[in-house]
Amino acid sequence: MASVFQPIPPRPAPVRTTGYVAWARANLFGDWRSTTTTIVLALVALWLLPGMAQWAIFQAVFHPSLESCQAARGTGACWAVVAEKYRYIILGRYPYDEQWRPVVATLLLMGLLGVSCTRRFWRPWLVPLWIAVLAGYFVLMAGGVLGLSKVTTDLWGGLPLTIMLATLGIVLAFPLAVLVALGRRSKLPAIRTMCIVYVELVRGVPLISVLFMASFLFPLFMPVGKSPDVLLRVLVGITLFAAAYLAESVRGGLQAVPKGQVEAAATLGLTYWQTQRKIVLPQALAMVVPAVMNNFIAIFKDTSLVTIVSLYELTGSLGLALNADADWRPYKLEGYFFIAAIYFAFCFAMSRYSLWIEKQVSVSRTR
Amino acid sequence: MSEPIIKFEKVNKWYGDDFHVLRDIDLEVAPGERIVICGPSGSGKSTLIRCINRLEEHQEGRIFVTGTELTDDVKAVERVRREVGMVFQQFNLFPHLTVLENLTLAPMWVGKTPKAKAEEIAMRQLERVRIAEQARKYPLQLSGGQQQRVAIARALCLKPKIMLFDEPTSALDPEMIKEVLEVMIELAGQGMTMICVTHEMGFAKAVANRVIFMDQGQIVEQAPPEEFFSRPKSERTKDFLSKILGH
Ligand SMILES: Nc1ncnc2c1ncn2[C@@H]1O[C@H](COP(=O)(O)OP(=O)(O)O)[C@@H](O)[C@H]1O
Ligand SMILES: [Mg+2]
Repeated sequence: MASVFQPIPPRPAPVRTTGYVAWARANLFGDWRSTTTTIVLALVALWLLPGMAQWAIFQAVFHPSLESCQAARGTGACWAVVAEKYRYIILGRYPYDEQWRPVVATLLLMGLLGVSCTRRFWRPWLVPLWIAVLAGYFVLMAGGVLGLSKVTTDLWGGLPLTIMLATLGIVLAFPLAVLVALGRRSKLPAIRTMCIVYVELVRGVPLISVLFMASFLFPLFMPVGKSPDVLLRVLVGITLFAAAYLAESVRGGLQAVPKGQVEAAATLGLTYWQTQRKIVLPQALAMVVPAVMNNFIAIFKDTSLVTIVSLYELTGSLGLALNADADWRPYKLEGYFFIAAIYFAFCFAMSRYSLWIEKQVSVSRTR
Repeated sequence: MSEPIIKFEKVNKWYGDDFHVLRDIDLEVAPGERIVICGPSGSGKSTLIRCINRLEEHQEGRIFVTGTELTDDVKAVERVRREVGMVFQQFNLFPHLTVLENLTLAPMWVGKTPKAKAEEIAMRQLERVRIAEQARKYPLQLSGGQQQRVAIARALCLKPKIMLFDEPTSALDPEMIKEVLEVMIELAGQGMTMICVTHEMGFAKAVANRVIFMDQGQIVEQAPPEEFFSRPKSERTKDFLSKILGH
């Protein structure tokens, strides 16, 4: 018997199961294994959270009173230390009367970062804007012109220093990393060897030793009295260190771009640099957004190591603020919680931004 | 025969030290000539046509393309590449650019054409391959046949004198092969010099002036299609033809 083709009429997709109950049933109590996990984790939370809440909130001292803190010793947190010292922790040793300058400079810098992270503003004028804002940052911080009193770099500190070191470290390290990553794949043996040696050398030593070398060894090779500012030396150290790691992340992306892409570009007559810039790098970088952002976050936190060469960024200025004051010194833990929260806020923002960027670049690759 | 547009003189090529992939290749292609190259897999067909735009370098002999010898001179190579378009088996479109951007890239950056003009040229080529309505899409949103037609249009945007095709239909589903071949046949009708590696023997019969059979890095036999298919001279050619035509 001949069968007749019977098209099935289209119908709408089933209604999606939504709502909290449905979500919980699907995700927390799906089968016996996830149900057990959920219950165990809930019990652990019930066991730990009350004690933590007692210490951090209910028994804690919030108003800046040393006596209350001493009374609550051992039972409650002394957030008073933050209320008392926040200015010193955040701004470091910068002269007290001039502290509006680092605040304005840092707000400018963060505004610039915000603008740079927004797609709408990815225009050529961003480059002069960066130069202008960075110039403004250094004029405000250093002074010596426009009637601003001079403040030497050893007095810069706290969050403004952290943000500036991280920003410049990232901005300088990234292009260097791209060049090094390309260099490692160069056909010219001299360039390839140089890039490999650089990456392996720098990756093989801890950042602390790079910073030490940058700040103590570097001046030995310079003519007497000519050694560059410690801030500059440290910045060079951070940049060179970060670039080595970044270069490896970028290289991972370069390797994932199919050879056919380069060949197609070559047959169209594109030069090496045109091919890298228009074809290879856009695809390679899109693939390594998570890894690169990981490096950026690491750079941000690694700036805390510059304390070792007497630059008191956020972590260092916390030490300065509390070590000098015997009364408040016992409450360092609370101070660390405070700066940890600041670090977390920045790193979390970077990680969220990374997800957004990933989504942006994947739009163009949808099937 | 007028001055050849492509000329191989005793070309030899090795991969590594001991893999002799092209052996004593002598070949002359006249302007406007349409050549089909066939032969078993691994016989060096791709390598041969990739030598024409120096995606591969030869170690012995000389290759001239539109009068320029291919050497280490980067400028000469770039000049030749502007005259030679190439279509790959795997399309090799740029997935991060739209179809239109794929086409305007070379005119804008290599040909220094202003954007508006480049887009005009691109749209004309897209119409030529009958795919203009897809200009704003990304390559991976298109079917294989559409992608390959975009790849052809992209190669045509620089107004090449020579077009190379390396098995352009081998990665396509059967129903898409025809739409690509139609575009190629049309191109052949317009006097383009074409060198196609393909096993589409219908295409060879329809458009080729000459069919070349390669085996083990050598040109075994070459003849006009009617002669090639009806009176192959060598045993190896006969053997190959019987396999590929399925009798
Ligand atoms: N880059 C390469 N390095 C080493 N061997 C290669 C390379 N490319 C191709 N070959 C080898 O050279 C031979 C000819 O390859 P190819 O020109 O692609 O043949 P065809 O296109 O006729 O199938 C094959 O045996 C292949 O494995
Ligand atoms: Mg091949």
